[in-house]
Amino acid sequence: MNLIIISAVWGIVMMFSGLFIKSKSTAKTIALVGAVALLIANLFDLGGVMLMNTNFNGMLLFDRFSLVFLTVVIIALIFYFLLSGKHIEEVGNHPYEYFALIFFVMCGVALVAVFNNLLILFIGIEIISIPLYILTGSDKRNLKSNEAALKYFLMGAFSTGILLLGIAFIYGGTGSFQVENLSVPSKDVYTIFLASGTVLVMIALSFKVSAAPFHFWTPDVYDGAPTVFTSFMATIVKVALFVGFLNLFSNAFSVRYADWKLTVAIITALTLFIGNITAVFQQSVKRMLAYSSIAQAGFMMLTVFAINDMSKQGMLLYAAAYCLATIGIFSVLVKMKDYTFDGFNGFAKKEPLVAFVVTVCLLSLAGIPLTAGFFAKYFVLAAAVKTGADLWLVIFAVLMAAVSVYYYFRVIQAMYFKEGEGHTIETNPMFKVVLVLVAALIILLGVLPSLLTNRLIF
Amino acid sequence: MVAFLLILIPLLGGLAAFFIKNESTVKLWSLLVSLTGFVTICVGLINGNEATRNFETDWLPMLGSSFALKMDGMSALLCLLATITYPIIFISTWNNTYKAANSFFGLMLLTQAGIIGVFLAADGLLFYFFWELALIPVYFLCSKWGGEKRIAATFKFFVYTFVGSLLMLVGLLYLYNQTPNLSFSLQALYDVKLTVAQQAWLFWLFFIAFAIKMPVFPFHTWQPDAYEQAPTAVTMVLSALMVKMGLFAVVRWLIPLFPAAAIEYSNIVIILSVIGMVYASILAMQQDDLKRLVAYASIAHIGLMSAALFVNNESGLQGAMIQFFSHGVNVLGMWIVVDLIEQQFGTRKMSELGGIAQKAPTLTILLVIVALANVALPLTNAFIGEFLMFNGLFQFNGWYAAVGGVSIILSAVYTLRMIQKVFYGNSNAVTATATDIGSMAKIGLAIIVLVIFVMGIFPKPVFALVHDTVTMILGIYK
Repeated sequence: MNLIIISAVWGIVMMFSGLFIKSKSTAKTIALVGAVALLIANLFDLGGVMLMNTNFNGMLLFDRFSLVFLTVVIIALIFYFLLSGKHIEEVGNHPYEYFALIFFVMCGVALVAVFNNLLILFIGIEIISIPLYILTGSDKRNLKSNEAALKYFLMGAFSTGILLLGIAFIYGGTGSFQVENLSVPSKDVYTIFLASGTVLVMIALSFKVSAAPFHFWTPDVYDGAPTVFTSFMATIVKVALFVGFLNLFSNAFSVRYADWKLTVAIITALTLFIGNITAVFQQSVKRMLAYSSIAQAGFMMLTVFAINDMSKQGMLLYAAAYCLATIGIFSVLVKMKDYTFDGFNGFAKKEPLVAFVVTVCLLSLAGIPLTAGFFAKYFVLAAAVKTGADLWLVIFAVLMAAVSVYYYFRVIQAMYFKEGEGHTIETNPMFKVVLVLVAALIILLGVLPSLLTNRLIF
Repeated sequence: MVAFLLILIPLLGGLAAFFIKNESTVKLWSLLVSLTGFVTICVGLINGNEATRNFETDWLPMLGSSFALKMDGMSALLCLLATITYPIIFISTWNNTYKAANSFFGLMLLTQAGIIGVFLAADGLLFYFFWELALIPVYFLCSKWGGEKRIAATFKFFVYTFVGSLLMLVGLLYLYNQTPNLSFSLQALYDVKLTVAQQAWLFWLFFIAFAIKMPVFPFHTWQPDAYEQAPTAVTMVLSALMVKMGLFAVVRWLIPLFPAAAIEYSNIVIILSVIGMVYASILAMQQDDLKRLVAYASIAHIGLMSAALFVNNESGLQGAMIQFFSHGVNVLGMWIVVDLIEQQFGTRKMSELGGIAQKAPTLTILLVIVALANVALPLTNAFIGEFLMFNGLFQFNGWYAAVGGVSIILSAVYTLRMIQKVFYGNSNAVTATATDIGSMAKIGLAIIVLVIFVMGIFPKPVFALVHDTVTMILGIYK
């Protein structure tokens, strides 16, 4: 609860401080203070100390999973600000507004993670989406950025419509928006409403998390948006929407699991296939990361496919591993002049430390042991195996994981083994310290994932 | 405790090596670290008992996985191999120079830690962990310090093995979910009761992972390229140790986990192995490049071992396990010679070499001994292993032994042809200035020759060492 209020308030604070403070660089500091405040408030929530305690007639549900997840997301946000804060300031003339919009998104993220009512889910998703449309187009002199924003807006609005339609159908079928009432239709003849509502909601959420075949907007939007904001969209926002997806299907629709399981399995397989195979053919690292985010979404879909105790742990670890690694890579990418793979040639000679951290991040994304990414993949695969059926999906998923090695390792090959001059990038000691911290966290979670998953129990 | 130290020493030593900037210091450091490992296992084998060798501590209790290491006879033998080859590799490649030597030696030692971890792990998840970990430093070693086409060749190797291990992970997860208390411990996995149908497909998921590593025909295509392109010191690690990971895993994991499937599919595996033996031997005869020749020869030898593991009799198993060790030592000797030749003449092509024997008699003598051991002549270590394996294969099915036996003849053909082309005949412009080998290389090769003869004449300690493993496997088959 604290998180929802503080992030909304801090967004307004950021907006108004833009009016009074002329210095651009203060924005980052204020934002960091806000992010730390969010973290502290959330830790209070986690410890059972509610500063403001209301759950709006049961429309919000603060369970352990959501709160731990939000902690992970806020920590990722702090890393994001520390690593890329400077570049947010440089996107355009209104740095305070950008930070404000990010805080509004965080408010939506919190709502999506704790909703217990379909209307809250809808509001949360909209609060996330609308600031993102603006952030995508924030580089307003860049034609690609404008195109991306418009595309994102049109497609986003369309999928929101589908979501609303789905919610309406579900309401028609069950007579309620409350999650706990959604499993059984109020009359048997209404089953058709509930079923079609479930499918429509599934489509809309698949769109939001860029699962195939509803992923077409993703590469263009991620590619067109200013790189700093791509980093934010592809990580924090995406995993938050996934948690919403997972929560809805595990809390509301798990009774009818057998009915929708196959559909989710097909979506998962398609997402894995399209994301991984298309990523192989990319020439630009930024676009590769966009497709890789689709591929990673495929793995996260496995948690929705499995719906058991392992899948929540898996989702949590995946969120942490994926956010840390992707934010780390993007923070370096944004400093590069050349976004193609060749732009990374010889990078390790010029910046050995940064190259090492990027390598750790890439290994984590590929799911190599000793990195957080391994246990993330391990948990989601274990969750899927635990269902006991549809092992073809699991085998397909690991084959696709092997494909992903190809494009992640291309960057490593370019950095370390290809001949090239290598660019230096502008760094300061602080940036390097934070990067090393990211790598250390990735490796720590890669050895002891229980540090995170145990938080769900204690 | 010994098991834990064996992993810890190269791990910490390797990490420390990254910070030693001076090339000769880092070489000396690595040699010391690897010798420490060797001393540790010797002490452990002579003085220790089961309690002091094994090791167990909590790792991930909520997953039912613990950091459990178990050193039975076979893993002791392979750890011995891993710790003895490393000092020899460092000694015999002493004069090679590397750019960024600290990273090179650091990664080499990390590889050793991973490989030893595979040989010792007694927990499914831990095993998978080390299985992959051994691969990562090798990837960097080959891609950075390898030959011209290193990036593509290494990548092929990496992807191949990675696919295999992921399939194994799926199998492992499935198996884990069948254990009553959700545990990864070796014993719990052994105890799982599976139907024959379940065993059948789990067997293949695991087998493909191991077969790629060994490599067994038709999963071998990565191997000649990777061996050729890798820096020779790494090729030594790959062929002496890394392929043993696959063979070892068959004995510790595959057969005990799925005995029924292992019996059912033994024919298929053996046929594939025998095809591989003959096919690789024929290819070895065609090669001009020394590295490729040894690479194909290695496939042939591995084929025999993988066949022998599935024959389901004492002779075959015993022979295979002894051959694990012998092949490791012998192939190491071959690589050392190849490396010495390449360092001196700058080429590995047999057609460009010749007449080295007159100029370098010591090298020639040592090589001939190693080569004869490779052909498995009596009195050498490989003879015992190969004899037992063929005996086992013959008991299983005479035809397989007969066809496989062709590869022995072929191995004599290509080995002797190589000796003749490289060492005898007239010297040419390239080899006219040949000199004999340096003292470091002499020491390295001399140790290998010593091991070849000692084991060839007195193999009893090795039999005693692997006895418990052989008994265990035969017990499972019954």
